[in-house]
Amino acid sequence: MPNNILIVAETRDGAPRKVAYELVNVAKQLAAGMNGAVQVLVLGNNVAAAVAAMAKAGVAKVYAADDAALENFTPELHAAVLADAIRAAQPALVLFGATGLGKELSARTAAKLDWSLVTDCTDAKFENGALMLTRPVYAGKAIATVRAKSLPVMVSIRPNIFPPVEMDSSVAPVEKIAVKPATVRARVVEKVNKEQTTVDLTEAKIVVSGGRGVKGPEGFEPLHALAQVLGAAVGASRAAVDAGWIDYGTQVGQTGKTVAPQLYIACGISGAIQHLAGMSSSRNIVAINKDADAPIFKVADFGIVGDLFEVVPALTDEFKKVLSEK
Amino acid sequence: MSVENTFSVVVLIKRVPDTETRLQVKDGKIVTEGISWVISPYDEYAVEESLRLQEKFGGKVTLLCLGPEDAKEVIRKGLALGADDAIHLNDPAFEGGDAATTARALAAALKKMQYDLVFAGKQAVDEDNAQVAIRVAELLDLPHVNAVIKLELADNKKSARCTREVDGERDVMETTLPAILTAQQGLNEPRYPSLKGIMGAKKKPITNWSASDLGLDAATVGAAGAKIEIVHYDPPAPRPPGKIIPGDAPTAAKELVRLLREEAKVI
Repeated sequence: MPNNILIVAETRDGAPRKVAYELVNVAKQLAAGMNGAVQVLVLGNNVAAAVAAMAKAGVAKVYAADDAALENFTPELHAAVLADAIRAAQPALVLFGATGLGKELSARTAAKLDWSLVTDCTDAKFENGALMLTRPVYAGKAIATVRAKSLPVMVSIRPNIFPPVEMDSSVAPVEKIAVKPATVRARVVEKVNKEQTTVDLTEAKIVVSGGRGVKGPEGFEPLHALAQVLGAAVGASRAAVDAGWIDYGTQVGQTGKTVAPQLYIACGISGAIQHLAGMSSSRNIVAINKDADAPIFKVADFGIVGDLFEVVPALTDEFKKVLSEK
Repeated sequence: MSVENTFSVVVLIKRVPDTETRLQVKDGKIVTEGISWVISPYDEYAVEESLRLQEKFGGKVTLLCLGPEDAKEVIRKGLALGADDAIHLNDPAFEGGDAATTARALAAALKKMQYDLVFAGKQAVDEDNAQVAIRVAELLDLPHVNAVIKLELADNKKSARCTREVDGERDVMETTLPAILTAQQGLNEPRYPSLKGIMGAKKKPITNWSASDLGLDAATVGAAGAKIEIVHYDPPAPRPPGKIIPGDAPTAAKELVRLLREEAKVI
């Protein structure tokens, strides 16, 4: 039985998503411990460019399932194609990005193949021959160490945790995979326009987030201005979402999205337990709040006690200035 | 599978600690004493949507919950909201499982039940696995739509049109029924139980099913059947104490940007 690792590389707008390159790094570290090769599978329609990009990521082989039927994510079809590919390639480990789509596809495929799946891991390594995985649970209020009792297994890795792999000078061979029709009962019939935020919250390097202190929908304007300068996504606390000031899709916390950006700027957020759970694994946390006793300051690396309506525009101006000097 | 002129929905619910709970980890385990338990918030959206379907189309809402005897408390909460009855997969053999064994038990239970639709939360907010409901769909050879934020049932109740969210984008998906749908925040605003509902819930039937009731070998479910094992839990690493930056807004902003660039090297 081969000990290969297969990466399922997600694409967006024709290119691999950033997490695909991060997965190559994870896979290379793991491959050393299991004496296997790293392979990649790209599923989609017109994905030649993404396939070519992954072939240069220092991997042994790229499988390409390139078919018009795979234009939209169709759970039953995508899972059937992926399951066939896994049966043929027989990897010991299949890695996914723990994106919404990655989690959904991996769950359906795992059930189809009767494999185990460990989702949303922040670390994966071999210890005494066993695959050990680290995953935040309760939205980060606790960290679970999980052991896979046997292989094969599927694992999804949280985006933004590992650095992307450096491009390689060699080019891996590409093998095309035939896409067989499958019974499809649930399908996409319409794509709704993307939301106002173009940067996906869970993959953003920087998140600018607002809470009760933002005071109303218009109070998010200075946050959007700062986000634009930084190329950041805009998030919100439950208080701001429940008040109807901003779309619920921006909610960060245990009942919203869990984020781990390089920089999280919390503006007018007091720091309720369920919000802290969703953002406290961010690399750097900045808190801006009028209340010096707000719990958010306990997790912040840098805090400014002050009115966000003065501090945020000042920050925007300062960032504009230094970024233009670069 | 469905009875003529009725519409049966089964909602998968899980008992989890209230999200406002400060979670303690001791000796590698989650401390469960003193925790207040709730229906996982995403499951609550699923219960609410099922009740709204019932108000519109009639039929029945049944809760299906795998958990220890104590889970009855949150099952009663679901019944108080308006569900008609509940099945409790209540057997020590089910405990300590992984997503695969839990899905196996739930799927076996659903095979004995009548339904036109199965609803669940997109994930439970304790283990955050986000895979059980989708696994159940595959095990029962049902289509699924994940993270639904808007649901329109066709008048003939044979198909559903769902708006769903994925990675910051929105798709409209259509599925034939029966299907499994998972609820995402935004689907609805869950109701609170009425006093009448709370009183009435005490009389509603909760049926216990064990592994043998489902015809399942105890070795294939729970901890015995799991291929994944949680070795231990740890509290998250404490963050080092932060720095409060003094000064008026422009001064503090300038210093913050300098620190982020020179010390944190993040910009």
